[in-house]
Amino acid sequence: MLYREAGQFKTNYASDLAVFPILQDRMGIAAILLVAFVAVPYFGNDFLLQAIMIPFLIFSLATIGLNLLTGYTGLLSLGTGAFMGVGAYACYKLETLFPGVNIIVWIVTAGFASAAVGVLFGLPSLRIKGFYLAIATLAAQFFLQWCFVRIPWLFNYNTSGAIEVGTHTLFGIPITGPNATSTTRYLIALSIVVVMTWFASNLVHGRIGRMWMAVRDMDIAAELMGIRLLPTKLLAFAVSSFYCGVAGAMLVFLWYGGAEADVFSINQSFFILFMVIVGGLGSLLGSFLGAAFIFILPIFLRYVPPHVGMSIFPATVEHITFMITGGLIIFFLIVEPHGLARLWQTAKQKLRVWPFPY
Amino acid sequence: MRAPSVAEIAAGDVLLAVEGVSLAFGGVKAVSDVSFDIRKGEIRAIIGPNGAGKTSMLNVINGFYHPQAGRITFKGKTRRAMRPHAAAAGGIARTFQNVALFKSMTTLDNIMAGRSLKMHKSFFWQIFRHGPALSEEIEHRKTAEEIIDFLEIEHIRRIPVGKLPYGLQKRVELGRALAMEPDLLLLDEPMAGMNLEEKEDMSRYILSMNNYYGTTIALIEHDMGVVMDLSDRVVVLDYGRKIADGTPDEVKKNKAVIDAYLGVAH
Repeated sequence: MLYREAGQFKTNYASDLAVFPILQDRMGIAAILLVAFVAVPYFGNDFLLQAIMIPFLIFSLATIGLNLLTGYTGLLSLGTGAFMGVGAYACYKLETLFPGVNIIVWIVTAGFASAAVGVLFGLPSLRIKGFYLAIATLAAQFFLQWCFVRIPWLFNYNTSGAIEVGTHTLFGIPITGPNATSTTRYLIALSIVVVMTWFASNLVHGRIGRMWMAVRDMDIAAELMGIRLLPTKLLAFAVSSFYCGVAGAMLVFLWYGGAEADVFSINQSFFILFMVIVGGLGSLLGSFLGAAFIFILPIFLRYVPPHVGMSIFPATVEHITFMITGGLIIFFLIVEPHGLARLWQTAKQKLRVWPFPY
Repeated sequence: MRAPSVAEIAAGDVLLAVEGVSLAFGGVKAVSDVSFDIRKGEIRAIIGPNGAGKTSMLNVINGFYHPQAGRITFKGKTRRAMRPHAAAAGGIARTFQNVALFKSMTTLDNIMAGRSLKMHKSFFWQIFRHGPALSEEIEHRKTAEEIIDFLEIEHIRRIPVGKLPYGLQKRVELGRALAMEPDLLLLDEPMAGMNLEEKEDMSRYILSMNNYYGTTIALIEHDMGVVMDLSDRVVVLDYGRKIADGTPDEVKKNKAVIDAYLGVAH
């Protein structure tokens, strides 16, 4: 009813090309940003920020990364966990080699290391596609994970084999390490995610995004239109790995505060892939929805029974959570195989014509 | 711009020439020793029965297949084989026999994707989508809208092309090829599976393109009425060989062509 674009005329191409051409959408985004930047840190408790919001943001960023590759360019990858790991280890090395530079600079720079590795493992993508490419990226996953364990230089020869995060400050306020409050870390993560989502949105709405999607939909036609396949695919690998790398660095520096190679295992890759598929291939909004669904829903389910006064054995809750989450994933995929983002699209269309059916 | 007369075309510059092109897949000879030229501004039809090697010929011209023998001269530059990217950059666009659109993208995005080669603003500006990148986008959007107007597909601008009916998909594909502002446009059966009205529309677009934009067109088509009406010159292939080449009237009377289409008594 309120969601109507009637009367919102565009008189030039610039306004028609806007990512959110409808006023209500722009207001919605503004409201979400306001809540995220002001309400959540102000009203949220430590549990909400540390256990839900920070990891949600980090996983959303990694999901956007994989979505750029799998959803937009059509290249299936199972190496997400490893690319996140490259970001984390690169950030750790940079931070210990050059402690004078601000950690936020290194978190973002670590993405470039991940991008370089991503391009290297993306080279086979010219020749192979689909499941076969997934296997090639699986090789990246296992090889890189092996590196994280076997090359002690990467974790500065720590006897524990883990990377540990020290305290770093920004304007005198600790932003990483045990002294940093969850609010500061949340705001840092949120800022990075917002800016990088904006960049991703700009990319996919412009020439580069169209080239990616052209390669995904019909690579032969794209090639005969002068889109060079290898550079386009490698660019997708680079940007995707960059996002995953930054997400990996954030995971260690802003959330865990330390990590072992196990964190970046194949499970992590699958976890992110599920978020992409459930959220919706080729949708930035879907990346957030998918991350929320796969990550937040189980936490929510786990905390509902105690809060409504049901005393269930914790292990039972754990099992039930798994079952319900799995069931819901299957349910949503049957209802809407194109993911939650498409569900939202459909809902918007319904709202637009309400109260009429079409 | 006025369409050139037959005499003018015969005297005109050769835009593309293939000489002695042979292409084989293992033991199957798709094209053997075919030579012909396409002159600037003409509509050149390539006809022949099924399996004559027409589509293979187009694939050779835009570099998708590399012939085992022969030479291709495009815009005065002779080479052994074209490369897809070089062909596209040099101004060869094409449409496909079975529509090869980017199915999940909208009509507008498909046409804009056709302009990828003409857009150069760097990755740096792209991530901000402001300044040069945005003005480039707007500039090319204007051209895309002109093409949309020309092909009368305004109403399907925002619809993913996968959802469009076949006839409209063919038209969008033509628009995408046109967006490349090609010097040579290869049309592989642009009217296959269309009804009379759609064929007439499509013929009108092809003629207008030739007239107004001066686009040289090479066209494969099975509808002889359309071929004879539209084209300036016709080359006929059969079993990978060239059996006739000339104006529609000459070709129509050619014994070898009649035999190829109707068969010969043994």
